[in-house]
Amino acid sequence: MRLTLKIWRQQNASAPGAMKTYDLDGVSTDMSFLEMLDVLNEQLQSQGEEPVAFDHDCREGICGSCSLMINGQAHGPEVTTTCQLHMRSFKDGDTITVEPWRAAGFPVVKDLVVDRSAFDRIIQAGGFISANTGSAPEANSVPAPRDKAMRAFDVATCIGCGACVASCPNGSASLFMGAKITHLGELPQGQPERYSRVVDMVAQHDAEGFGGCTNIGECAAACPKGIPLDVISQLNRDLRDALRQGR
Amino acid sequence: MAVSGLVFIGFVLSHMYGNLKAFSGELAFNEYAEHLRTLGEPLLPYSGLLWIIRVGLIVSLVVHVGSAVVLARRAHAARPVKYANRKYKNSSFSSRTMRWGGLTILVFLTWHLLNFTIVKINPAGGETNNPYRLMVDTFDLWWMTLIYLAAMAALALHLHHGTFSALQTLGLTNTAAARSRARAAGWVLAVVVAGGFSLVPIFTLLGVIS
Repeated sequence: MRLTLKIWRQQNASAPGAMKTYDLDGVSTDMSFLEMLDVLNEQLQSQGEEPVAFDHDCREGICGSCSLMINGQAHGPEVTTTCQLHMRSFKDGDTITVEPWRAAGFPVVKDLVVDRSAFDRIIQAGGFISANTGSAPEANSVPAPRDKAMRAFDVATCIGCGACVASCPNGSASLFMGAKITHLGELPQGQPERYSRVVDMVAQHDAEGFGGCTNIGECAAACPKGIPLDVISQLNRDLRDALRQGR
Repeated sequence: MAVSGLVFIGFVLSHMYGNLKAFSGELAFNEYAEHLRTLGEPLLPYSGLLWIIRVGLIVSLVVHVGSAVVLARRAHAARPVKYANRKYKNSSFSSRTMRWGGLTILVFLTWHLLNFTIVKINPAGGETNNPYRLMVDTFDLWWMTLIYLAAMAALALHLHHGTFSALQTLGLTNTAAARSRARAAGWVLAVVVAGGFSLVPIFTLLGVIS
């Protein structure tokens, strides 16, 4: 298939960027979106042009490295990661717009690569549990109710890709935070730091320049892991309880 | 934002209910208007309770608009470079128009208060001290009814998302079932409140209320 690609090119963080148009022929429907970009980069290199920089790592949908706003949708038209998006989701002759995540908290490093270390700092602020070192405790000594364990597992699938922020009209990272807060807050091990966690994470989130949540729901729709919107309710509930306790 | 929004939900529900008195005729409607002022007497002075409610509403309005401005500014700052191409996957029209809808309601509210409370403007030029006549004169003008109906459409959209959003912000939608209930509550309130409010202008224009 033949495609017209409109891709954001930006030399570095401080340089101004612009959309550039490329024609690409011979794209197979079985290629992943990233493989299609690989083909484009080989073509660019053979022409002596600088290849398009984009983030990727595992290419099997579990690491959260890949990003890309494809035709105005985070990770493209399917609910999956960009590496698991295949060219069969597009038609011959399509024009595809490819942009980096747009958020003040995710500054562009180069082309389509953004710096997502703001998420690391939010995790450092409270997205952890404190555990004693030494021999592993007996697994059954801390019972976890099954429904709570299942909910924790479901939301622990968050890979921190940032699609929630990218798709949010407010540029908020509430779904990401809510996933971590629900994951740790549902389990017994997460209880000692439960209320300081939510306060510290929200404070860091706001300091990173992410927007406030107005419950629009684009984040949950874009999430490749299907994290539901109720984790934001959980975040708000924990925050309310924490504020009531005077934290 | 959520708490002040819930105050307004309570207000529009009772305001809408009170307006339906228009169907009982001039005497009942004006009696109801007067009753709002004598409510709470003799413990409270004339119009006492009404002013307590008004102060509560004004405080809620300041909080509500203030929060909206903070959120809008944060959202603006959080995405300094806009997308060249943007497609929405699964969000309601109402959720994406809260700011414009809120602004529309605010502009309407200003006119509405000038029309019926602060100045009592009778657009038809008739008497202004009879609440029922003022209302009938206003809604007998087709363009006035149209403005009020447009405002009710904005209110319906605002309530549709606002109800759900308030419950979510207060942390009351932690399960899929609770979330669907909150969404349903948004639909019910939008239809009941905006629909109930619209009945009076429509039936005045049709001549049922005269």
